[in-house]
Amino acid sequence: MKTLRSTAVAITALALTGALVSGCSSSKPTGAAASAPVTQAQIDQAMDTPTTLNLWAWVPDIQHEVDLFEQKYPKIKVNIVNNSGATGQYVKLRAALQSGKGIPDVAQIGYDHISTFTQTKSLLDLTPYGGAKLATDFVPGIWSQVALNGGVWAIPQDSGPMGTLYRTDLFSKAGVSAPTTWDQFATAAQAIKDKTGAYITDMPGNDMPQMLGLFSQAGVAPFSYDGKSTVSINLDSPAAQKVVSYWQNLIQKNLVATDPDFTDGWYQGLSRGQYASWLTAAWGPVFLQGTAKNTSGSWAAATLPQWQAGQNVSANWGGSSNAVMAASTHPIAAYELAKFINDDPASTVMLANQQFLYPTTTATLTNPQFSDAKSDFYGGQQVNKFFAGVSATVADNLQWVPFMDSVNSSYDDTVGKAITNHTDMVGALAVWQQQVVDYAKKQGFTVK
Amino acid sequence: MTDAAPRRAAPAISMKPQRRRSRANAVQTRAAWALVIPFLLVFAAFLIVPLGYAAYLSMFTSKLVGGHVFSGLTNYSQALHDPNFWAGLRRVALFLVIQVPIMLGASIFFALALDSGRVRGGNAVRLLMFLPYAIPGVVATLMWGYLYGTNFGLITQIFQHLGLTAPNLLSSGNILGSTMNIVCWEFVGYNMIVLYAALRSIPAEIYEAAEVDGAGQWRIALSIKLPALRPAILLSVIFSIIGSFQLFNEPNLLFNISPNTVGTAFTPNLYAYNLAFRNQETNYAAAIAFLLGLVIVIVSSVVQTVTNRKERRA
Repeated sequence: MKTLRSTAVAITALALTGALVSGCSSSKPTGAAASAPVTQAQIDQAMDTPTTLNLWAWVPDIQHEVDLFEQKYPKIKVNIVNNSGATGQYVKLRAALQSGKGIPDVAQIGYDHISTFTQTKSLLDLTPYGGAKLATDFVPGIWSQVALNGGVWAIPQDSGPMGTLYRTDLFSKAGVSAPTTWDQFATAAQAIKDKTGAYITDMPGNDMPQMLGLFSQAGVAPFSYDGKSTVSINLDSPAAQKVVSYWQNLIQKNLVATDPDFTDGWYQGLSRGQYASWLTAAWGPVFLQGTAKNTSGSWAAATLPQWQAGQNVSANWGGSSNAVMAASTHPIAAYELAKFINDDPASTVMLANQQFLYPTTTATLTNPQFSDAKSDFYGGQQVNKFFAGVSATVADNLQWVPFMDSVNSSYDDTVGKAITNHTDMVGALAVWQQQVVDYAKKQGFTVK
Repeated sequence: MTDAAPRRAAPAISMKPQRRRSRANAVQTRAAWALVIPFLLVFAAFLIVPLGYAAYLSMFTSKLVGGHVFSGLTNYSQALHDPNFWAGLRRVALFLVIQVPIMLGASIFFALALDSGRVRGGNAVRLLMFLPYAIPGVVATLMWGYLYGTNFGLITQIFQHLGLTAPNLLSSGNILGSTMNIVCWEFVGYNMIVLYAALRSIPAEIYEAAEVDGAGQWRIALSIKLPALRPAILLSVIFSIIGSFQLFNEPNLLFNISPNTVGTAFTPNLYAYNLAFRNQETNYAAAIAFLLGLVIVIVSSVVQTVTNRKERRA
C-alpha cells in the first residue's frame, strides 16, 4: 500500500532529521588549521608523509587528475566520493558537518554555495597555505567568487561565461542574423515564430541560476553578504523588473517556450528544433553536442544580446570550486590537492579537454591545446576561443547569500510558477523578494 | 483479566483450581511477552523514539544565525497560519474525495470480474494489473514523463495525429488530476489483490446454496460477495485515507517533470520534506509533520466510527 511506502519515507525523513539536528548540540570538530603562514619545509614534510585524503566531487572521472597528483606525491592517497551532483553533495556535506563525522578533506562546492559553508565556518581559509598567491593565475571575475570577506575559501575549478548558442539554419530561414541587442532578439523572435514555427528560445521556470545570470548581465546585483549576519536582498529592483517584464512580454506573445530545462521534454525540444537558440554558458556547447547530436553542424555561438547597442557585457552561470574543509586533519596536503587539480597546467588542460569543464586559469584559456579546438558540431567554429573572449566581459557583480537553496525553491514557487503559467511575472518578483526577506529574517539575519 | 479473575473467584472453595489456573496464566503471559518483545523493541526503536524525537524537535527553533533555542509551540502556531500547509491539506482532501472512490470502485469491479472466473487467462491478468505497484519510482518517472510530456509526449502525439489540440496534462489546473491518474494506475491492482483474496475466502457452500436458490451471477455478487468484502473494503478505505494525506511519491515524481506546477508545497508531506532538506527548517518541518499526523488520526477515526455505527445499525 501507498501508506507503507510513505511511512517508510516519513520515518527515514524523521531519522535523518534527527541525525541532522542532533549534531547541532555536539561540539564542532576542530581540524589542524594553521594560523601563521605555512613554510615550504612544512609543506615538503606534509607531502612526504603517508596520508589518506578524502575528496568529495561530482565531476565525472576526476580520478584522472587525482592520478596525476598521486604520481607527483606518491605518499598521498586520495579517496574519491561522488555524491552524484551538487544537490546530493550539499545535503550529505551538511549532514556530515552537523554530525561532526565523516567530513571530507576537500569538497567540490559551487560558487553560489561558498558563503553557505563559510557562514557555518566549515571551510578553511587558504590564505596561510598560500591561497592568496594564486590570485594572478585565475580570471579576476572568477577569483572574486572564492576570495570573499578577507579570506580565500576555495580554488576555482570551472566557470560559465554566458553566450548564445543558436541554430544557424532556423535563423537564416527566418531571414534574421544573430541578434546583438535584446530589442533585436524580440524582433527576431517574431520572425522565427512566423517563418519556422519554432520558439526563439526557452525560458524555463525551474532555472534560477540562468535568470540570475541574465540579471547580472543587466547590472542587477541582488545579493550581498558581509560574512557575518548581514545580508542585502534586492530582487525587486527596477533593473530586475525590466528584465522580467521583457521576458513576460515575449512569453505572453507566445514567442518563447516555457518548458522546464534539463528534462526529457526539453532535450527533445532541443534536438527537434523546437527552440532556435539557447541562452547558456561556456559549458553549454559540449552539453549540447551530446544532447542534440542530430543537429550537428547547424549551431553557432554568439554573445548574449545586449541591453544597449555597442555594449559587450556577459555574466557567469554556474561553475564550482574545490574547498578544504575546516575539519580536515591534513590541511596542508588537502590544500595541495585542491591547488594541484585546479592550478597545475597538465591537470587543468585535462579538466578542460577531457571533462569539458570550462577553464578558470588564464594559462589554460590561452593554451592552444584548448582554445584552437574546432568543432564540427558548430560548423567548424572555435567555440572555446569564442568563450575565452567572453570570459573577459563577465560582469563582476555576482554575490550570494548563505541560503541559496531556499532562495532557489522560493524562485520556483513564485517567478518560476508565473513563467510556467504565463501569469504576472513582475508581481511574482515582488513575492519572491518578500519570501526571501522573510526567510532571512526568520533565520536571524539582519536584512539591509 | 487480572481484574476480573478475583471477582469471579470470590468463593473460597475454588481456591485450588484458581491457583493452578493462575500459574498456567503466568506461563502463558511470559510466552506472550517473549513473542511480543522483539516487535515492541523494533517498534519503539523505529517508531516511538523517532516520533518522540520529532516532537521534541518541533519545540525548538534552529536559526542559521543565533543557533538552537527552545520556542515552545511557536512552530505549531506558525503552521496553523501557514497558507502553504492549508493549501496542501485542501489539495489532498480533494484528492481523497475524488481519487479514492474511483480507485476502490475499479478495484472492486476487477476483483469481482476475476473472481467470477469468466476472465480468460485470469492469472496473467491479475499479474499484469499488479505490476504497476512493483515498478520502481525512477522507471515510473521516465515513463510518465514520456506519456504526459507537453511537446512530444505520447498523449500529445496521439491528439495531434487526430488533429486535436492536446490538453496540457502538466498545467497547474490539471496536475492534480494527472497525479490521481498515476496513483490509480499504481494501486488499483494492489487493492484488487487484497479484495480478490477476501473473495477467495468465501466458503463454496454459500455459493452452492445460492445456486440451489436460483441466484444469478449478479445476485451473488450483490448479496454475497459485496457484503463479504465489507471488512476488506473498509481496510482499503482507511489505508487509502492515510495514503492520500501522506501523498508524497507521486508528486515528487512529477516534480522532476514539471517542477513549477507541482511546486514545493503540493502536499503537506512534500512541504515538510522540502522545508527540512531544502530550506533547512527541520524544526518547522517536524511541527508540520506532527500536525499532519493529527489530521490523519482525526479523519481516520471519524471514518471508522461512522462506518462502525452504520454496521451496528445494519
